[in-house]
Amino acid sequence: MRKFYLPLLVLLLFVAIIGGSWLRVFNEYWQLVLLYMGINIILTVSLNLINGYMGEFSCGHAGFMGVGAYVAGLLSVWLFAEDKVFGPPVLPAALAIPLFPVILIVGGVAASLVGLLVAIPSFRTRGDYLAIITLAVNYIIKSVLENFAPGGARGFVGMKRVMNNMDGVFDAPWLLIWTFIGMILTIIIIRNFVSSILGKGVVAIREDEIAAELMSVNTRRVKVIAFMLSCGLAGLAGGLFAHGPGGYINPGTFTILKSTEIMVMVYLGGMGSLSGSIISAVGFTLLLEILRPLGVFKWVVIPLLLVVMMLVRPSGIMGNKELTDVFPRLRAIFGSKEESYALASD
Amino acid sequence: MPLLQIKNLTHFFGGLRAVYDFNLDLEEGELVGLIGPNGAGKTTIFNLVTGAYKPTEGEVRLNGDNLVGLRPHKITAQGIARTFQTIRLWNEMTVLDNVCVAHAARIKYSLLDSILHGRRYQEEERQIKEQAIELLAAFGLAGQAQELVKNMPYGAQRRVEIVRALATEPRLVLLDEPAAGMNPGEIGELMGLIQRIRQEFDLTVWIIEHQMRVIMNICERIKVIDFGETIAEGTPAEIQNNPKVIEAYLGEEVF
Amino acid sequence: MTIDIFLQHLLNALQWGSFYALIALGYTMVYGVLLLINFAHGDIFMVGAYVGFFIATFLLGIAAIFFGAALPMWASWLILILTILGSMVLTAGVGVGIERVAYRPLRERGAARLYLVITALMIGIFLEYLNLSLLGAADRGFPELIETHIYTIGNVSFTNIKLMVIGLAVVVMIGLEVFLRRTKMGLAMRAISYDKVAVPLMGVPMNAIIAVTFAIGSALAALAGVMYGSAYHVLGFDMGILIGWKAFVAAVVGGIGEVRGAMVGGFLLAFIEIFVVALGDVPGLEWLSSTYRDLVAFTVLLVILTIRPTGIFGVARRQKV
Repeated sequence: MRKFYLPLLVLLLFVAIIGGSWLRVFNEYWQLVLLYMGINIILTVSLNLINGYMGEFSCGHAGFMGVGAYVAGLLSVWLFAEDKVFGPPVLPAALAIPLFPVILIVGGVAASLVGLLVAIPSFRTRGDYLAIITLAVNYIIKSVLENFAPGGARGFVGMKRVMNNMDGVFDAPWLLIWTFIGMILTIIIIRNFVSSILGKGVVAIREDEIAAELMSVNTRRVKVIAFMLSCGLAGLAGGLFAHGPGGYINPGTFTILKSTEIMVMVYLGGMGSLSGSIISAVGFTLLLEILRPLGVFKWVVIPLLLVVMMLVRPSGIMGNKELTDVFPRLRAIFGSKEESYALASD
Repeated sequence: MPLLQIKNLTHFFGGLRAVYDFNLDLEEGELVGLIGPNGAGKTTIFNLVTGAYKPTEGEVRLNGDNLVGLRPHKITAQGIARTFQTIRLWNEMTVLDNVCVAHAARIKYSLLDSILHGRRYQEEERQIKEQAIELLAAFGLAGQAQELVKNMPYGAQRRVEIVRALATEPRLVLLDEPAAGMNPGEIGELMGLIQRIRQEFDLTVWIIEHQMRVIMNICERIKVIDFGETIAEGTPAEIQNNPKVIEAYLGEEVF
Repeated sequence: MTIDIFLQHLLNALQWGSFYALIALGYTMVYGVLLLINFAHGDIFMVGAYVGFFIATFLLGIAAIFFGAALPMWASWLILILTILGSMVLTAGVGVGIERVAYRPLRERGAARLYLVITALMIGIFLEYLNLSLLGAADRGFPELIETHIYTIGNVSFTNIKLMVIGLAVVVMIGLEVFLRRTKMGLAMRAISYDKVAVPLMGVPMNAIIAVTFAIGSALAALAGVMYGSAYHVLGFDMGILIGWKAFVAAVVGGIGEVRGAMVGGFLLAFIEIFVVALGDVPGLEWLSSTYRDLVAFTVLLVILTIRPTGIFGVARRQKV
């Protein structure tokens, strides 16, 4: 019986958010906020795998988001929209709805392949040097997009037409739906992976990589898996982002500044804490909205907040604990670490 | 055929010669000691055998199979495990996790399985955890399976490290100064433990130690090295009276 | 490529390299002493440029009261010197201040290096957006302090400003080398980069040395900032970001923590950038345009780091197993 609590909760959440958006209970503004919350959750949870669980300092996450955004955006416009660069749509609009997740996945896969650019150097380098490599890769991606992608530095437009076509077939908050599903999938994937013994190899690498290698952990394989998962999910977030309002992306969005934003959310939530990442992503998105009246000044306040946090509570909101560690009663819904240790099945 | 064969093992760190022409044949079931003054190169030899470093020269074979050039996790999977001079457990993980992760080589489920948590995944994970708990129980640690390693007392951590090494299902175990930091009572327990695992798990044991009590009491054969070179070899009795050994530890005799 | 064009590019590369090298020195010295990547350093360069801008504007204003529109030569030079020195001193103060307020409390708490790095990143963003909020989005024009003269030898032309940049950079770097090798403070700084634990135990005051390190690094970045302003005249709140990251990568390629590495790395990066684009003039390689400049520079650097991860002058820190 207990096993149904969590799926039920997720379903309720889905109905509340999607239903509320469809029925216009949430206006356009709040739908946008919810959209960004979802995207930020995916970005934060995926980066946490590398920066939190694996203990690396990857500062180029936005680059992979950019890869996903461009691949998914270009693909969907080519397939489903009339465009200056690509000409008429290749496929009928009716297929846009079922094929949209495929497009997102293609974007994610592309991003995860680009992630190999960071995964392979990570075999020999760690720490500060790997940080630089991630920086350089972020910059290279942005530069490649500027120089080779349609639209160049000015950016690429057109995804809005795709979304409109989808609305034309059946009017629903499609992007929000897919963002919600993407978010849930991200959480499930990461949670399942890190709770498996294979996934615990990631933490072993963080704690003592040499010992891990000597205790039969294939550290290279684990690193590749971790990076590809992390970058792929960032690509998924990028694909969703590309279809946001305006339907416009440009390379300038996916710079180190954006990577820093994602890092802020990870460290705010607590490295190695899944619930921390989720809470932090939601909270930070709200914070950005609350501070919106400050305009540009909010980026003066936010760094100072984080500096203060480093002084007062550097391990972040949740540290490396999960919500179920702090509120054990929640184990009834979310399950617990011990439960996965249960030797007898229910 | 000897279980472990080391021939002409030589290693340079840049211009520094750390190990020179080291040779050893370990027969199955033996308990051999490796001693020498600090900085003699003992841990380096362990590192070379387990693949942490690639030797400049020389051969290392396990059951005839070459180990040189293999990545450490593969060498461990072939059947060599080790403990470390300073404890290298994964501090933020539980005792149980430390032991389970050492089973990494035996995992047969795929990445997809680990994400989907299907039937095969659940079955394998359950098995690994069962085996890990059994192993911990054999060493009186089952009750602390959920403790974070960093919260355990030193002596218990040493035992966890040994259990973790055993979890890799080795044929040969390399113990690097297992008695470091222990009081006499604990050392006595340790000696008993080493003999026990040798018998119960059918192991060959190779041990580096400074505590002469341990070496002289349990080792069948001892190799002594200094400045990377072998200076003596023999039974404990022979080694104790060997002038070269005494000189290496205490300096030249003055008559 | 004719020798003239080559020399032209060479001079450009030397100038750019001067900026990179001066900024890279700040990164590398702080890393050597604290093992900290001071991500705020690129923005210190920006602060230096802006402080210089305000000093110069202020002094020019006063000078105008006395001399009217036409300033005598000596006054222009005096203003330039005061601007440089003033900016170096004040920016050094900013750097030391940041260390004192943000980094030192964490250090004394024994906080993990990661938290210091995050704080550094945040301080950088803080400085950028403080600038943006207080001064607005419009770029500032750095005033021309010395009349620009263009000299031409053969087909190679260059300005006196360019010569000044390169000359000052070289002089300063020689001065730094002398300081590090001949003075006690310099010796202490070098010692700390080799062994952080032993040096304080020998009675050397860590905090003082760290303060001096930040002061020198920030002053050098300020010099680069004022020189940049004099050469290119455009200041923006984000001017430190790209050049800061590139100087940082240059420091790493040279071997982070090694002073010579920062100098070599800075010039190397500039050479790669300028000559890769210059190759675009070679028939057949037209596709190498200036938009690829950054891309190629970063890629080459990535390759260098893959082949030699510790950088050119870097020493591998061997991990004891």
